[in-house]
Amino acid sequence: MPAELILPYKSQLKREARAEAAFKTLTMVSAALVLVVLAGVLVALTYGAWPALSTFRLGFLTREIWNPVTNQFGALAALYGTVITSVIAMLIAVPLAFGIAVFLTETCPLGLRGPIGTCIELLAAVPSIVFGIWGLFVLAPILQHTVQPWIIDSFGDLPWIGKLFRGPPYGIGLMTAGFVLAIMVLPFVTSIMREVFLSTPRSLKEAAYGIGATQWEVVWDVVLPNSRAGVIGGVMLGLGRALGETMAVTFVVGNAHRISGSLLAPGTTISASIANEFTEAFGALYTSSLIALGLLLFVLTFVIIAAARLLLLRLEQRGARL
Amino acid sequence: MSNLARRRLTATLALGAAAVATAIGLAFLAAILWTLFSRGLGGLHWQVFTQTTPAPGSSGGLINAIYGSVVMTLLGVLIGAPIGILAATYLSEYGRTGRISMVIRFINDVLLSAPSIVIGLFVYTLVVVPMGHFSAIAGAISLGIIVIPVAVRTSEDMLRLVPQSMRHGSAALGAQPWRSITSIVYPAARSGLLTGVLLALARVSGETAPLLFTALNNQFWNAKLTQPMANLPVVIFQFATSPYKNWQSLAWAGALLITLFVLFLSVIARLVSRMFGVRESRVE
Repeated sequence: MPAELILPYKSQLKREARAEAAFKTLTMVSAALVLVVLAGVLVALTYGAWPALSTFRLGFLTREIWNPVTNQFGALAALYGTVITSVIAMLIAVPLAFGIAVFLTETCPLGLRGPIGTCIELLAAVPSIVFGIWGLFVLAPILQHTVQPWIIDSFGDLPWIGKLFRGPPYGIGLMTAGFVLAIMVLPFVTSIMREVFLSTPRSLKEAAYGIGATQWEVVWDVVLPNSRAGVIGGVMLGLGRALGETMAVTFVVGNAHRISGSLLAPGTTISASIANEFTEAFGALYTSSLIALGLLLFVLTFVIIAAARLLLLRLEQRGARL
Repeated sequence: MSNLARRRLTATLALGAAAVATAIGLAFLAAILWTLFSRGLGGLHWQVFTQTTPAPGSSGGLINAIYGSVVMTLLGVLIGAPIGILAATYLSEYGRTGRISMVIRFINDVLLSAPSIVIGLFVYTLVVVPMGHFSAIAGAISLGIIVIPVAVRTSEDMLRLVPQSMRHGSAALGAQPWRSITSIVYPAARSGLLTGVLLALARVSGETAPLLFTALNNQFWNAKLTQPMANLPVVIFQFATSPYKNWQSLAWAGALLITLFVLFLSVIARLVSRMFGVRESRVE
């Protein structure tokens, strides 16, 4: 080709190449921002938490005291409340989610699977603050007047576990928070269980039916073992959610920085303490202690969610995108 | 009872229990919606949309909070969605199989489920402390940071659905990758990307925790982004826990508004994705 024909395009090609380099860099920077956010959160929270961490050192994790007047802060009560409410939530949500997932993948009439599944997923779209006020104004009175007196009467006198169910029925407290959290994480756990159940190879199920298994035996002995990793991953993801959930818990947990032994008693969680106290915290050490709580929560949820994601990632590589 | 009869009974009971579990799950949704409507509709008169938040005992509305929520949510999506879509572009188009992309995907998925209150603390130390006071822009930034992982996840899923042959066809005509992406891949994934943005919008509309110590609240009308700004979630939080009847009734009205808006967005997002035949991408 004569040179004069190529020349007019040369500058255009150069422009295209420059635009390509610019666009590629832009996407790379954006992708890197994801990592920057993670690093930024860790650095900023550690920086903010430093005064508290250097004052109380490891004692911050092991002490129950939380006294803004004497400037003594420990995370134990909040950590206890966080773990207990999340455990209650999972004890309620996991069996329910399993039941819903089984119903939606096995027994539900085909035409209803879509609508019912959508309704359950819409539960996930309800803002957490709505769960909070619903829990405070509707659920808490029901628990206080009916459920908790019954629990106290039935279980309060049992040896060993009895002391978990003693004391007056406040309505608000760790148990109520656990209930509300259970409803909140239900859709998340359900949708993952449903997805992994659906990914069970058809041939496996048909083989089980072929040797005369009942529908339930297929679910329990074939589908569930086959989707074990996914179910555990889904449960842990739900747990990660429950641990970090803020507004729903803040309304109903009672906000008491103590460990009382009874599940009915008011307590607090890490996120509820931060939400309640942060804007009213006076003094650098108080604010710093709350940020230290936030750092603790972030690390805790990070570890659990990361473990869940690793489990689910292994499944994804087998073909299912979760 | 014969062995077979026992096994059949177990199956009936267990699968019956599964149906009951589903009924319980649906009952929760129904109970929450019922409460919202029965308590929220009463407080939802025209003043809600014309007057600012009142002092205890006097009448008023939520217009400053509605305005603040709209402004901060839109700003948050404007900050987060482009970054998310560009990051997803890198993951899907440039570094699809790279090791670094694996790491970014993983971290992004973790951030997707990270507690939003921690993002609030992060923006507090990053923006509020240097500025010296709470501000709407800090609130918008914290919402933007929450939008990013949602946008990355959904956008990448959607971009990956575009057939490779379209990219190859474009490349064969001599287009650089960026030209293929902006004029072939993006238009092909348009409805999917829109779904992702709608889901992200739904996700942050109800966010309360990160706004508590970034945007704070404002009892009065404020349109300045550098000042504290009222927003529905924080107003609901304050009013619902107050002892004043008129505040509580406004809190329920606000809760109804925000839930209807979020449910509406979720349904629209589903319709868009179904209408254009894209597989639904899940954001949990």
